[in-house]
Amino acid sequence: MLEVRDLSKAFGGLKAVDQASLDVRTGEIVGLIGPNGAGKTTLFAAIAGFHKPDGGRIVLDGRDITGLAPHQICAAGMVRTFQITQPFARISVRENIMVGAYFRTADRRTATRLAESVAAQVGMTDQLDQPGSDLTVAGRKRLELARALATRPRLLLLDEVMAGLNPTEIGDIVEVIRTVRAGGVTILLIEHVMQAVTSLAERVYVLNQGRMIAEGTPAAIAENPEVVEAYLGHGAAKVLRA
Amino acid sequence: MRNLAVAAALLAALVYPLLVPNYLITVGMLIFFIAFLGQSWNVAGGFAGQTSFGHAVFFGVGAYTSTILHVSHGWNPWLAWPVATAMGGLVGAGIAFLSFRAGLRGSYFALITLAFAEVFRIVANSAAFTRGGLGMLIKADSRLENFQFTTPIAPYYLALALCLVSLLIAWWLTRGRFGARLVAIRENEDAARALGIDVFAEKVKVLTLSGAMCAAGGTFYAQKYLYIDPTIAFGIDKSVEMLLVTMVGGAGTIFGPLIGSIVLTAINELTRNAAGVFPALKNVQPLSLVVYGVMLIIIVARLPDGFASLLWRRRHA
Repeated sequence: MLEVRDLSKAFGGLKAVDQASLDVRTGEIVGLIGPNGAGKTTLFAAIAGFHKPDGGRIVLDGRDITGLAPHQICAAGMVRTFQITQPFARISVRENIMVGAYFRTADRRTATRLAESVAAQVGMTDQLDQPGSDLTVAGRKRLELARALATRPRLLLLDEVMAGLNPTEIGDIVEVIRTVRAGGVTILLIEHVMQAVTSLAERVYVLNQGRMIAEGTPAAIAENPEVVEAYLGHGAAKVLRA
Repeated sequence: MRNLAVAAALLAALVYPLLVPNYLITVGMLIFFIAFLGQSWNVAGGFAGQTSFGHAVFFGVGAYTSTILHVSHGWNPWLAWPVATAMGGLVGAGIAFLSFRAGLRGSYFALITLAFAEVFRIVANSAAFTRGGLGMLIKADSRLENFQFTTPIAPYYLALALCLVSLLIAWWLTRGRFGARLVAIRENEDAARALGIDVFAEKVKVLTLSGAMCAAGGTFYAQKYLYIDPTIAFGIDKSVEMLLVTMVGGAGTIFGPLIGSIVLTAINELTRNAAGVFPALKNVQPLSLVVYGVMLIIIVARLPDGFASLLWRRRHA
């Protein structure tokens, strides 16, 4: 469904993403992990059209979307969320989600209905009338997800929707993500919470210093010495094995 | 309940000029006219968060377009009015295109609008087709079919009609997709982009709408006072007035500009005679500016959502 080939993005002299490639197939949940500063969010931003890549290609359902604007990519069926949540603070949760829903309809009533059904899907029905600014961290993460879902994407890019949540909240949102996928949405997620990645993702990509260093099932990735060293430092894999 | 209050207020506004002396009719006209200008600012500055310091550029374009067509080319001012309105929209689109193409946001956008207004003022001050600093005089011919007025009642109703149209536009913004997108852009531009909003296009659209509204007000002003010059048309005073009534009343609300206009017009009229009562104030002229300044400080510090937030509880109170 999504093919990223040799994508590069540099800021000044710093190569944030260096010839990274990945594939997401229809119906999958794919994880993207890597140490802090590995370039995960930059890669996401480049895929979603927020950064113009310096090189490489992004193909969505056979169509080259490299360099398109975010709203065009959204129209093509791919939408991203933000790691640092960006609620529309002074309007209600319902109105927040409706902004996403208006992407598919100009009719206010249809948008309201769509927003409320998405809110139910992510478990925000009770908070529909709260302003965005009043939400807890967990609420904001759900709102990010809900707004993105309201645009009716086929591929959802989730940037650390579990960071800052407690284990109960993580359990809840893992369930929500499962139902989203069951509803026919393919998912690519950046995540630090390994327990969530392991339980959700069929395949995992590992990014380190802008380069894709490994790809495989979560179990295989956890055994990969290069991945262990990326996280724990040079020589760590040998120490752990001993 | 709220509908009932609006209906009652509308009825009161309709019978008001039949009951009060001419002076108060003119005050009423000013209230609605300034509320209309404020609403034109509010559409872009309040709803979409694109704060402009130079809205006079649209006001002046409207005033000059219709006056030039009327005085220099013999057009009927009623016919020149829609052309002036369209011209304001065009200038709005142009300024938006240039500013937003260059990625200007926030205070940079505010400054560039201020600069545009100044450029237009200077051009109007020196060009021949605007008669330079002399300004343009519209020959008095007080017939309604000539867009001129013999009684204060006619401009009162016209200003009221303008104000009502602008309220309907604001109401429509709170109800529909375009308005929802503007608010999203105001609240968080990146999130708006991620949710599929073509931020650039929406901003150009809203500046077009805002510029057109404001220009329509410019023509009304020219026909009411029959004289414009570069400072009246493009001066900073007009820009500040539009911004101020909206901030005082409540930016991004339907009734904010109207409430602000009532408050500021009242202050203006009351302070006009204050020097007569307190001789010590004789050298403080105009006193209304001092009160405006103090009020703006209080509003910004204590009541950032304006007076509208006192009248009904805002959801995020």
